[in-house]
Amino acid sequence: MNWGSAAEFFAMGGYAPYVWGSYAVVALCVIVEPFAVRARRRRALRELQRANVAARGRA
Amino acid sequence: MLNWFRFSSPQAFYPLAGRMQPWFAAAAALFGAAGLYVGFFVAPTDFQQGESYRIIFVHVPASWMSMFIYLVMAGWAGLGLAFNTRLSGMMASALAPTGALFAFLSLWTGALWGKPTWGTYWVWDARLTSELILFFLYLGFMALQAAIDDPRRADKAGAVLALVGVVNIPIIYFSVQWWNTLHQGASVSLTRSPTMAATMFAGMILMVFAFWMYSIAVSLARLRAIILERERMSGWTGELA
Repeated sequence: MNWGSAAEFFAMGGYAPYVWGSYAVVALCVIVEPFAVRARRRRALRELQRANVAARGRA
Repeated sequence: MLNWFRFSSPQAFYPLAGRMQPWFAAAAALFGAAGLYVGFFVAPTDFQQGESYRIIFVHVPASWMSMFIYLVMAGWAGLGLAFNTRLSGMMASALAPTGALFAFLSLWTGALWGKPTWGTYWVWDARLTSELILFFLYLGFMALQAAIDDPRRADKAGAVLALVGVVNIPIIYFSVQWWNTLHQGASVSLTRSPTMAATMFAGMILMVFAFWMYSIAVSLARLRAIILERERMSGWTGELA
């Protein structure tokens, strides 16, 4: 175990802004990207639904 | 034998991608949790860099993935150009944003690691500049595809750009040997044992696997969205909505 306390862990030996600044942005990106992709697929499915309704209306 | 060509049609690959995607996402989460645990709680403090070196556990995997995804993307783009298969171009388009993301993360974490160790966020040296060019290649690929309305022509134009850009990958990889650079040489290579503590190396490799699985999972998900967008007129997608 490297850390005597939680405070020591968060201080990262004085490098907290660099270490946490790196990890925070990585975490943000890998959380946001899947949500953005899911939204894109839902949008595509909605488009298809609209096209279906339109096609039925013409039939 | 499995008929692989069956899955080269978007209609056949769409459900397969949907079935594979959660497994890769789960693997990414498991490897990520293990990698973070080893990286923060098992790997010792570096005797030179103190705790700042812990950025390595995201910096190296992001950099590797940014290069590897580019090669895979260019490979699919090239296949599409050669055989005119629809799915290949969609694969390339699905990979580009994730590759760009990792190129950005490589630059971002590198800057935050450079400040405490080199005294600067950025220098115009070979390694950093060629990685920045990789980021712009991804953005250029995406912008070019977005600018062309016909997706088949967009695939072709993008493929040419992607293939020309491949020349940048060995430049990034070997830049630390070819030029005088602030960036350190490779700590890990296929031909000798890693020049770092075994636990540090283990944490890094676990994070590489995590990023790898993540890339596959998110690219498969994006591929499904792209298939729906592009196959709108083909009829079979209508049954999904």
